[in-house]
Amino acid sequence: MRIYFDHNATTPLDPEVVEAMFAVCRDEFGNPSSVHHYGQRAKAALDGARSAVAVLIGAEPSEVVFTSGGTEADNLALRGAAAAAAETGRRHIVTAAFEHEAVLNTVKGLTRAGYTATVLPLDASGVLSAGLLREAVTANTALVSVMHANNEVGTIQPIAELSAIAHEHGAVFHTDAVQAAGKIPVDVRALGVDLASFSAHKLYGPKGVGALWIRRGVRLAPVLTGGRQERNRRPGTENVPGIVGFAVAARLAASRLETESSRLAALRDRLEEGVLARVARTEVNGARGCRVPNTANISFAGVEAESLLIALDLEGIAVSTGSACSSGTLEPSHVLKAMGLPSHRAQSSIRFSLGLANTEQDVDRLLEVLPGVVDRLRSLTPQPAGSNE
Amino acid sequence: MRIVAAMSGGVDSSVAAALLAEAGHEVIGLSMQLYDQREGRVSFGSCCTLDDLHDARRVAAAIGIPHYILNLERQFDEQVIDNFVREYRRGRTPLPCARCNSELKFDALLERARGLGADAVATGHYARVERRDARYALRRGLDAAKDQSYFLFSLTQPQLARALFPLGSLTKPHVRALARERGLPVADKRDSHEICFVSNDDYAAFIARRAPDSERAGLIMDTDGRVVGRHQGVHHFTIGQRKGLHLSAGRPLYVTAIDAGLNTVVVGPRERLARNSLAASGVNWIAGTPPSSPLRAAVQIRSRHVAASATVRAEGVSGAAVEFDEPQSAITPGQAAVFYVDDEVIGGGWID
Repeated sequence: MRIYFDHNATTPLDPEVVEAMFAVCRDEFGNPSSVHHYGQRAKAALDGARSAVAVLIGAEPSEVVFTSGGTEADNLALRGAAAAAAETGRRHIVTAAFEHEAVLNTVKGLTRAGYTATVLPLDASGVLSAGLLREAVTANTALVSVMHANNEVGTIQPIAELSAIAHEHGAVFHTDAVQAAGKIPVDVRALGVDLASFSAHKLYGPKGVGALWIRRGVRLAPVLTGGRQERNRRPGTENVPGIVGFAVAARLAASRLETESSRLAALRDRLEEGVLARVARTEVNGARGCRVPNTANISFAGVEAESLLIALDLEGIAVSTGSACSSGTLEPSHVLKAMGLPSHRAQSSIRFSLGLANTEQDVDRLLEVLPGVVDRLRSLTPQPAGSNE
Repeated sequence: MRIVAAMSGGVDSSVAAALLAEAGHEVIGLSMQLYDQREGRVSFGSCCTLDDLHDARRVAAAIGIPHYILNLERQFDEQVIDNFVREYRRGRTPLPCARCNSELKFDALLERARGLGADAVATGHYARVERRDARYALRRGLDAAKDQSYFLFSLTQPQLARALFPLGSLTKPHVRALARERGLPVADKRDSHEICFVSNDDYAAFIARRAPDSERAGLIMDTDGRVVGRHQGVHHFTIGQRKGLHLSAGRPLYVTAIDAGLNTVVVGPRERLARNSLAASGVNWIAGTPPSSPLRAAVQIRSRHVAASATVRAEGVSGAAVEFDEPQSAITPGQAAVFYVDDEVIGGGWID
């Protein structure tokens, strides 16, 4: 019996999502852009989906643009906003060092195209300081991008405060809300943001579909060129089955947000406290009081995270660490490095991210197995320098 | 038994893993990432590239075993690449594959394997390990043309105790047939013959990139001390080399000695390559202790050398002196001298 503790990487499809997608695949094959009956039916499915996603995030349906996922939404937000700002002469972008690579690499690309960027550091809390943002934003800043919740350590950022600072200087504010949606309430108006990215497969929806919320009035140059779908903001025949799946997942997420949050928080705390109590020399990464309810990122002194991950996988328990690179090996998490953690600590950290299917038994099984696995790893490998914290 | 199969993506390690899985062991496929594979970096050599890692993954999926990739870049850099560059700069010719075996596969990788609860590391080497009472013996692979025992001379008893070579008693054609029978995606993949981390066998370019100051012009002298030419760095040469000297002389000239300190390469006619003896250091005696009296053995001085009869004397705990019955050509410092009795490796060391 396998246990899955990697919900921040992806989630299984909710059975209702599967049903809905299958029905659409089978029965609603029309191209939403077609004028005839088949197109109209597909269009109706799309409209319904758009509304459902809008409800989850407190938005107007017309402000939701469907994409191929969170990465594309980030690209559209950043490149689109940067290009639109060119007319104003603003060429400066501010972001944070713990952003997902979809944001960081897109910003890097923009700096090669003549923009300048300030990448703000974090501290060990994993929460961005508003003061740092205030110092960095200028009259030349076109765009600020800070994620709502961090995928590795789960810390929640003070988005309302940060977006206000951006607006004081006339800059556009984007948030990558991919990890927040479905875990904590995400109300784009209350957050005061201009752009927000979402991804279906983080909330029991399908992979390959996401959305960018674009506040009415915000100007964005399209990144893909082609037809006129999504109000000319994102061409390409819409992935109707995927989008319907996303919508069902969004509706379900909204309906169980409160109960799931408290259930997950209790499970996560059980896991976290259990690990800290039963395994020596362990520490939580990121401010514990300021996190999404399902995530625990813990470092195990004197253990290679890579080995621990594999050992747990061999015991049937799936967790993660850092981010995978193209070969499939693990590089130490850039997030932990961005928080100023020494590399030996970053290289001994494991992320546990819980979800719907997880139970107390799952947590207890982990707590049963983990101490022995860690002991074996610690006894066989020479202790790396600086591991005595 | 839980066993780690070291998988390079080549046909040998693939078949080794398959055979162990079929024998009912719990096999875990591990590939080593030895150098940075990110896009935009200088693409390295002929093995363990991204494509090879993908091949290993596909083979693991085909035979139904889990597969992981371990990042051993730092260890590889420190233990193999660094040593490789240093040796060439000292005028020696290194043997990186032997170091990879003793420092990576049967050390760093073995340690990780044990951390995962595995009892042994299996590779696709053509060699044989045998248990005899409390000790392990290392023997040549059955396929003389593919025998790789020469590269395993440094393995110690604890390492041999945890080494498995499923292909040791098989021939290469048989191994390919086994791969085809099982429909392994790598059945017809070309063998890699070059040093894995150097592309196009251009190791001189590799060294120049790593250590730009290696490219230092120096003199080529003959055995009478006369200057006969110039060179661009001693690392371009190995003992016995004839090509690339750019010398015009009446008869063929070969590199007979390299003096890195003086940045000089010495050349001479073929006869001057012959020597009767060699000294070795860093000697590993497979049994664990040096023999107390001189040993008659067949000593192999290169991977493609026919082992020659000699008398081997241990000197101290890690030295050896070898006297050949017949002179041998091009004994090369940096290579390994491996001592065989019949087909068994008794020990070996690095030629001084």
